[in-house]
Amino acid sequence: MAEVILKPTGNFNLTVEAEVVTPDNLAGKSTKEIEELLLWQGPTEYPLSDFFSVSGSGGSSAEDTTVIVEGDIPRVKRIGQEMSAGKVIIKGSAGMHVGSGMSGGEIIVEGDADSWAGMEMKGGSLHIKGSTKDHLGCSYRGSWRGMTGGRIVVNGDAVNQVGGGMSGGEIVIGGNVENFCGIRINGGLIVIKGNAFRTVGAEMTGGTIVIGGCIEWFTPGFEMTGVETDLKFNNIECPGEYKKFAGDYAIPQKGKGVMYISCERNECL
Amino acid sequence: MPGTIAIRNGYVYDPLNEINGESMDIFIKDGKVVTELSGADMKDVKEIDAKGKTVMPGGVDSHSHVAGAKVNTGRMMRPEDHYKHYQKRTPLTHSGCGYTVPSVYLGGYEYSKMGYTTVFEAAVPPMEARHTHEEMRSTPMIDMGGYLVLGNNWFLMRYFKEGDIEKAAAYISWMMRTHKTYGIKCVNPAGVENWGWGENVGALDQANIHFEVTPEDIIKSLAEMNEKLGIPMPLHLHANNLGHPGCWEITRDSLKIPKKVKAKPNADVEWAETKKNAKRHESVYLTHCQFNAFGGTSWRDFESGVKGITDYVNSSDHVIMDSGCVPFGDATVMTGDGPAIHDLYVLTGHKWSNTDVECECGSGVLPFEYLKSNPVHSVQWAMGLESLLYVKDAWKSIMTTDSPNGGPFTKYPEIIAWLMSNKARQDTFDECHKWAGDRSDLAAETREMSLNEIAMVTRANPARAIGMAYRKGTLGVGADGDVAIYNIDPGKLEVNDYESIVRGFENAAYTIKAGEVVSRMGEIVAVPEKNTFYSDIAVDADEEKRMLDDVKKWFKYYTLGFNNYPTPEKYLANPTPIQVNAEK
Repeated sequence: MAEVILKPTGNFNLTVEAEVVTPDNLAGKSTKEIEELLLWQGPTEYPLSDFFSVSGSGGSSAEDTTVIVEGDIPRVKRIGQEMSAGKVIIKGSAGMHVGSGMSGGEIIVEGDADSWAGMEMKGGSLHIKGSTKDHLGCSYRGSWRGMTGGRIVVNGDAVNQVGGGMSGGEIVIGGNVENFCGIRINGGLIVIKGNAFRTVGAEMTGGTIVIGGCIEWFTPGFEMTGVETDLKFNNIECPGEYKKFAGDYAIPQKGKGVMYISCERNECL
Repeated sequence: MPGTIAIRNGYVYDPLNEINGESMDIFIKDGKVVTELSGADMKDVKEIDAKGKTVMPGGVDSHSHVAGAKVNTGRMMRPEDHYKHYQKRTPLTHSGCGYTVPSVYLGGYEYSKMGYTTVFEAAVPPMEARHTHEEMRSTPMIDMGGYLVLGNNWFLMRYFKEGDIEKAAAYISWMMRTHKTYGIKCVNPAGVENWGWGENVGALDQANIHFEVTPEDIIKSLAEMNEKLGIPMPLHLHANNLGHPGCWEITRDSLKIPKKVKAKPNADVEWAETKKNAKRHESVYLTHCQFNAFGGTSWRDFESGVKGITDYVNSSDHVIMDSGCVPFGDATVMTGDGPAIHDLYVLTGHKWSNTDVECECGSGVLPFEYLKSNPVHSVQWAMGLESLLYVKDAWKSIMTTDSPNGGPFTKYPEIIAWLMSNKARQDTFDECHKWAGDRSDLAAETREMSLNEIAMVTRANPARAIGMAYRKGTLGVGADGDVAIYNIDPGKLEVNDYESIVRGFENAAYTIKAGEVVSRMGEIVAVPEKNTFYSDIAVDADEEKRMLDDVKKWFKYYTLGFNNYPTPEKYLANPTPIQVNAEK
């Protein structure tokens, strides 16, 4: 497998749009060709070599290509956007929109990722070993069509709108989330091991949400339907006792959404 | 020489001159069609070889929502409509974005790429006329005008109730001039006023709240006023109960109301040479027939009611209509019919915008997606095509999508393909919900429109119906030099290969506006001057003064001052008033 190693060298005073950095795009390109790829920074396009030193070259196909970013790039956006195969490893923190719209392949972010990671993702896998911010695996602003497939794993925390508008795929978060987790979802699975603040599953019409921690303010419009123990979704295990709810009945489209809330951490419910 | 051009050997379709695919030359001098060019003109004229291509007058859209407050609301509330559909700027053109509700620049370019040169904005609320004109002024490539929404206007409803016809006439003529608009649009008459109180009207003889006028009163009075004033276009009607199962009956009954009203358009204009009478004889224009033709009694027994309307249209001479086709995919529904959009909101749960335009009208906006898998949407697709195919005489119908309500105007090439190719329709039946075939009769319809009929429903007839055929929709001598040349060889056209029809109409080989090539194969190559048309109706000065006293008295109900109400001419690109002579 061919490796392209990108080492950030600076000039990130304005954020950089790096949607060309995907295995699909780098496959078949030589070091020089990769250095000459153009990235938007503000109103101007600059060659990739203004921001990164490049070594290695693309493989014969996207599957054969691994892109390794050696360092933190919190101000570089859209790495791995719309990628369909291959691998991207960011050995540091990633900027906004990492893996947004990806349909296949694998992205590993060893540090944190900024907002919009895995936005409207269709397939593949995105693993963020640190934490991320808002709109993880969510639909674009104004849209109700979110993630449709693939898997996102976050070891740390996420903030608002996790999985908004989701209709397929899986999101697993090891830490906590805040507001609007799973808003308007109609399919798929969201598992939060930690706490959620409020409005979990608001306007959901399908899909499944599991909250292993405590919900500060529970969403009205849900009805408890029973208690289940030791949940298992494919290879995702959620040990313990869970209260099962159906909803969201607050909207005209009567929901078939399912929400599991940890019994132990939500005694008042 | 700019504005002078010779188009050689194309297959020309000019239905108003009964030219049906003859191979001939078209000459344009100083922006107007001429019989021939002199030797001196020919020296440095631009010549286009249109051999093996289809030549038509520039496209005319007589009903499209492209500018104004609710269009802009559609843009603002739909960022998701923009981010995947955008165009970068070029040295000649602006950047732009938006699929169902494109930005003004992009909208102009996309119309031009398809060979359209004239577009009329379907609804201008009087209070939003300035906004609408600002957007029309910034829409490049196309000549424009707008229809003034008057179907629920407080002043008119009061005058109709009191039977004060003279003042009503004076009011309409003053409003047209004040807001620089072209004709009368009537949306859900009496119903939108009721919507201000959370209600609607359900029957033509149901009087509305406070004003106590019925839809029938309003349709009849507006149609009579329209002809009394000599307005170029007929009353533009969006009937009551739109979008409700069973609404086709009220639509047909609405069309009966102005049956006895005789068309008397009376504008001081120079008419281009045409073999057929290019003047309208209709007293009512039913817009987006499909949305007004729902059958059944509920969504469970929903079916097409188009036949009930087209039968009536076939048997009468005072009605013209456009289709409001549904080509599937993304749309944004936007109309002055506030209650209809509220019903869609309840149905879909989507984000929804509603506006009450004070003493004048209302509006609603909502994103919508037509799915092949959805039973009702599939029937709507069939109904839009039925509205065109069941009207036997193509001079009685016009092709639209009520853009962006049924779908964006950029889908016109697909509609043309469905109209021209039965195979295209049958292939779509195979892909969509079976209701499309079960709840409509389209599957049994074998009619395939000819290129000549397509030229009728996309340019000649819209221009004729709205009184613009004195310069648009024809290539007769004296007409505007607006031409669309398509890469379609009528001799080799195989309608079963309908993809080639879509490709042919998608990007005109040449779009020519006023004798200048403005776009070529989907690329904008020149940004021409544009005109904005409005009706300047002369009425009795004393009557106008008496009417204005009323208006000023009631202006306390408006949130803006009387002096800020009119739209000055500086808001228009090349204001082109059309002198209209009211009956004395």
